[in-house]
Amino acid sequence: MSIQFLVHEDGDSVGVVVVEGVKAGQELTGWVMAEDKTIGFKVRNDIPIGHKLALKDLSVGDTVIKYGTDIGKVVAPIKKGEHLHVHNVKTKRW
Amino acid sequence: MTADTFFGYRRENGRVGVRNHVVILPLDDLSNAASEAVANNVKGTLALPHPYGRLQFGEDLELHFRTLIGVGSNPNVAAVVVIGIEPQWTNRIVEGIAKTGKPVAGFSIEQNGDHNTICNASRKAKEFMHWATELQRVECPVSDLWVSTKCGESDTTSGIASNPTVGNTFDKLYAKGCTLLFGETTELTGGEHLVLERCVNDDVRAKFQFFFDRYAKLVDDHKTSDLSDSQPTKGNIEGGLTTIEEKALGNIQKIGRKAPVVGCLDKAEAPTGPGLWFMDSSSAAAEMVTLCAAAGYVVHLFPTGQGNVIGNPILPVVKLCANPRTVRTMSEHIDVDVSGILRKELTMDGAGDKLLDMAIRTANGRNTAAEVLGHREFVLTRLYESA
Repeated sequence: MSIQFLVHEDGDSVGVVVVEGVKAGQELTGWVMAEDKTIGFKVRNDIPIGHKLALKDLSVGDTVIKYGTDIGKVVAPIKKGEHLHVHNVKTKRW
Repeated sequence: MTADTFFGYRRENGRVGVRNHVVILPLDDLSNAASEAVANNVKGTLALPHPYGRLQFGEDLELHFRTLIGVGSNPNVAAVVVIGIEPQWTNRIVEGIAKTGKPVAGFSIEQNGDHNTICNASRKAKEFMHWATELQRVECPVSDLWVSTKCGESDTTSGIASNPTVGNTFDKLYAKGCTLLFGETTELTGGEHLVLERCVNDDVRAKFQFFFDRYAKLVDDHKTSDLSDSQPTKGNIEGGLTTIEEKALGNIQKIGRKAPVVGCLDKAEAPTGPGLWFMDSSSAAAEMVTLCAAAGYVVHLFPTGQGNVIGNPILPVVKLCANPRTVRTMSEHIDVDVSGILRKELTMDGAGDKLLDMAIRTANGRNTAAEVLGHREFVLTRLYESA
């Protein structure tokens, strides 16, 4: 089965698109690496290879989890399936 | 599957090199022209020009000496001709390298001029070249390999696949008794707790915390609104990395899961035993890899996402990549393609074996992509401005 996005582990708020040319509205197949299981997801934006999609609805101030660990805070609301990047998430460190 | 031995150059001090360079090493910027002239006269030698070495002082000067002496002492170097503007600092480099027992000679320009210096240094370099080219590789245990790592132009595929591939290879090299190194102090921000957990005891933990806090203070003292314009870099952000925490958690995958951190080193310091070491260092690729060369490392594993093209003049840099777009568009730079991990066609263990095999082949003499393409970035780290 071909895989279009990866998730490090269950509970992460994000997945990473690993193929080129993902378009809004596309149904993607994802692989949760730690648990070795497959999930399906519909994306709401075009997402470039290497970029992240949100796996849950996130509000301003929420913590984003990847690798089971805090990777920053939400600064603009994000809906499930949307592109999650520097326009809606910032570091907590500097 | 991989051999337990490789063929390398056993040096006078017992260390083993995987290259056999005769280096023409300038002490300072003023001696670059003479050094390059000597390298032009004596084919097969390698000049290492750089822009520094005048009016440095204190810790910054000590780092300059430690880096140049370390590079000259690296077992990938068979013999060294040092050229400086004046004899005293030139001799300090010569005496530092001579402690390894390898052939080294110094020449200074004042009261000789470039012409006489180039003539005398070329005669010595020619002698060294004839001697070095008769040295033979001998069979050595893999435990003799010192292997460093640093990633560059990382993206999310680095944290998913190419960095954990290095981690898998590091676990295997650790089991064989190798001496390993990672660094990139600011790029551990957000994952520093994971490194602290891996430190072998409280002394090592305290030293790591000292280096981490020292770099954090530097960032704090000089940052404008934040460091986000530099860390993550524009290339990282293009590749999908959003924050320093995300980048750090990917970065740390390179140290694998098995080896404890046995010690922490200041910049360009050599480790004193086998196992996994941390070295305080910049995350800028050429600076960090040059510090690895100065610390005595002989093979470097470099995962990239968006395609960092870096090499080093004396330390072979093995490039691996998991981003299928980079592998397609920049294939000439990639030694090991691990993009199959993203498609579930390659397991992490299989990728680790592939990289281990390439590390051993590199040690046996295979030139890396960066070597073949002529990437010889030699960049000295400065701590502050000259007097």
